[in-house]
Amino acid sequence: MTRDKTDFWVGFFVLLGAVALVFLALRAGNMSSFTFASTYQVEAHFDNLGGLKVRAPVKSSGVVVGRVSGISFDNERFQAVVTLDLESRYEFPTDSSISILTSGLLGEQYIGITPGGEDKMLAQGNTIQYTQSAVVLEELISKFLYSSAGNQDQQ
Amino acid sequence: MINAISRLGKRVRLSIMGLGDFMRLAGAILIRSGAALRRPRLVSQQVHFIGNHSLLIIAVSGLFVGFVLGLQGYYTLSRYGSEEALGLLVALSLTRELGPVVTALLFAGRAGTSLTAEIGLMKAGEQLAAMEVMAVDPIRRVLVPRFWGGVIAMPVLAAVFSMVGVIGGWVVGVMLIGIDPGAFWSQMQEGVDVINDVLNGFIKSVVFGVAVTLVALHAGWTARATPEGVSRATTRTVVHSSLLILGLDFVMTALMFGN
Repeated sequence: MTRDKTDFWVGFFVLLGAVALVFLALRAGNMSSFTFASTYQVEAHFDNLGGLKVRAPVKSSGVVVGRVSGISFDNERFQAVVTLDLESRYEFPTDSSISILTSGLLGEQYIGITPGGEDKMLAQGNTIQYTQSAVVLEELISKFLYSSAGNQDQQ
Repeated sequence: MINAISRLGKRVRLSIMGLGDFMRLAGAILIRSGAALRRPRLVSQQVHFIGNHSLLIIAVSGLFVGFVLGLQGYYTLSRYGSEEALGLLVALSLTRELGPVVTALLFAGRAGTSLTAEIGLMKAGEQLAAMEVMAVDPIRRVLVPRFWGGVIAMPVLAAVFSMVGVIGGWVVGVMLIGIDPGAFWSQMQEGVDVINDVLNGFIKSVVFGVAVTLVALHAGWTARATPEGVSRATTRTVVHSSLLILGLDFVMTALMFGN
């Protein structure tokens, strides 16, 4: 085999590997959902995050409008602080409320935004006031059990 | 009794010596790697020999692994009514584990053995000694290009394996069984992370490439210069590199996906 032919096949081989990696990143992976659109950050305090994770989607009416970019703990208020990266093309009133929801009964947790009625829009660095913590299934069950046990005592 | 203890001692000493020998050869190859950069032609010849010639077996194996993952995954997932997660299952198992590991095992069998046999026969034919007589460093001229050829070829092959496997899973899942194609791809894209899964799988395949190629070169380099010695060295390549792949895979999985 001549040199040029070898070179061609080696080039083809390496190119094929690059194509395969791009395929895995774009078609099988979540590379295509990386947005390079400009974003603005808002914060929110929660009593309980449940199983919320960084990079979880932020949805409004079921449409992804941003992602969770950071989760930390505020040691003065004893609350969790969630930082949200919202895409600049989506704007929400300052009195919007956000809650931690679960897709399906056992699915992944995400943040839902319900728009409010104010004229002013949320901007970089604002804090969302109205928050609703995650519903923890175990708490719900234990509440239900205790209340039904209490009812039995009364009867 | 004393004999038994000294036999044990000898065995330990020999295995430590072998390890040291291996590390010295690895160091010698890495130190002389500058030569490979000055003569890229030698490396590209080896990529052609190691990589292109392994492409067919890797692609076919990937396709069938994808088929089987599709069928078996569907069987289990359909019990829980979540057939749509088949794409996720196929893609995650391929990018994280099966792609790098199965490719490395096939690579050890297909390319590692031929490297060992080639170098062992060169040694048996006293070609390596002849090179030294001509003041050509055999490590620089023979081992270094083969090492880099293997290190370059292995990740490419693993990526091709994973890609063909995903396509195989798609063929079985979507075309034969009839899962909704939208759900198949969207679940996959939701669950497979570029950094966590694709990049970590790629890192694994690079590490396996280094390990398999080094084991193969060392086995050939230290083979006894007889037909029997070469055949033993070839066997040793397959056994040692397979065990090394599985052990390294466990360590890397624990480090990468442990928490």
